[in-house]
Amino acid sequence: MSLLDAENVTRFYGDVEPCGRCVERTGAEHGRNRCPECGMVVGCADVTLSVESGEVLGIVGESGSGKSSLAEMLALDLAATDGTVAFDAYDGNFLDANYEERVDLQNEHVGMVHQHVGDGLNLEFTGGGNVAEALLAAGWRHFEDVRTRVRDLFEETEVPADRMDDPTSTYSGGMQRRVQIAKAIANDPELVILDEPTTGLDVSVQARVLDMFRRIQREQDVATIVVSHDLGVIRLLADRTVVMRHGRVVETGLTDRVMEDPRHEYTQTLINSVI
Amino acid sequence: MTFIQIADLRKEFEMHVVGGKRVVGLDDVSFDVHDGEFLAIVGESGSGKSSLLKCLYRTYDPSAGTIRFESEAGIVDLASCSEREMLSLRGDEIGYASQFLDEIPRVPAIDVVTRPLIEDGIESQVARDVARDLLTELSLPEELHDAYPATFSGGERQRVNLARAIAPRPRLLLLDEPTSALDPDTKAAAIDLLDRYLTDETTVVGVFHNRDVVSQVADRVVILDDARLRRIVDVETYVAETADEAQGAGA
Repeated sequence: MSLLDAENVTRFYGDVEPCGRCVERTGAEHGRNRCPECGMVVGCADVTLSVESGEVLGIVGESGSGKSSLAEMLALDLAATDGTVAFDAYDGNFLDANYEERVDLQNEHVGMVHQHVGDGLNLEFTGGGNVAEALLAAGWRHFEDVRTRVRDLFEETEVPADRMDDPTSTYSGGMQRRVQIAKAIANDPELVILDEPTTGLDVSVQARVLDMFRRIQREQDVATIVVSHDLGVIRLLADRTVVMRHGRVVETGLTDRVMEDPRHEYTQTLINSVI
Repeated sequence: MTFIQIADLRKEFEMHVVGGKRVVGLDDVSFDVHDGEFLAIVGESGSGKSSLLKCLYRTYDPSAGTIRFESEAGIVDLASCSEREMLSLRGDEIGYASQFLDEIPRVPAIDVVTRPLIEDGIESQVARDVARDLLTELSLPEELHDAYPATFSGGERQRVNLARAIAPRPRLLLLDEPTSALDPDTKAAAIDLLDRYLTDETTVVGVFHNRDVVSQVADRVVILDDARLRRIVDVETYVAETADEAQGAGA
């Protein structure tokens, strides 16, 4: 069994009563997300994928392809409409975890780095305080232990440790991104989910953040799902890649295979559109 | 003795962008690669040389045929094994050097070469020393070792790429025109290094354009023509048969 096995993960958006045929009337081959019958928006549907421990899976697609909905469901930040996910550290359907279990899973087993720089952080708190929060939530109690661990995580993610006690709002975008990553890996999760890891960062900072993450990923052998519209990010990080469009997976394969021998019409267009 | 057995290999591309046009990259190619040999693949541009190499590495998914590879754990069909099996073989047994270095920006050249060694479990200082030696042997100026390859010339990047690919001494090494951008002296140094650094434990399959390079490194030569295998000859025969070309080119 893989670390994570997702089957038919589906998410609808809309206040309407679903007509029952929303999935078959939307998707890549219809070129739409909204069901023409009832008006339901199908964010993503029938997504099946798996992640092995230590593996990096890329999810690529344009805005509205459903990739962020999928990432948020797998990070337990968004309720799924349908689907089953088997996850190593959980008995039963991961998507059905109750509130308490979810908090526990998010603290200790699945680290999420949100798309917007600073998301998931309290900017009024110090950078160190933000990371410490994750440790405290996982049951760390001794002040000195927490302090030492936070300092190590700052070093690991290349944030100057002498800024630990400054408010996070005084950090640059790149530093805030690093603190998000430090927080996500603080409790040695089995899985990390990165949603658009370079968004909002200067080009010069993007490369260093990606390289830092890749080093940590390899050293700690942590499974990762990286969501991005940027093929460059996917190429550099992902072992295998899933291509999404209109809420569906249109192609899956080894990353270099998807990039150099794309089969689906949409993937071919995507690869040919890189500036 | 047989290390890879390629049978009826075919690669076809369907190009949706131009109305589903089909392009044949490789057509019914079959041959064996022997244990420990250096096999050169030659042919005109578009004859299928890179396609063949990419099928062996699974950067291209073969459309038909089998590639039976003698892995440490037994025979694996590279044309049909799982993606994860392929990833694991790439990590442990199969190396690949493309024509162009495709690395993360802002990683110094020395680290690009060191990383695969560290991932193989070699102690970091030892790995660094090996990497430094390789780059020096390929005459990459020492002041560039700690610089970022993004700003390098084509030839300099190619040296980093080659050093990275040979450093772990993989059991199977795939080279796609690894010396195409090098000046004659560096080319000679690279060929010399391939010869000295790699042992019989490494089988090499490489695409080459240059007849002189082929004559110096190869044991046998696969000649492709219009997506098909024309023949396989030993290097002496190849050199003798192409003597005219060498004169014709004035080289």
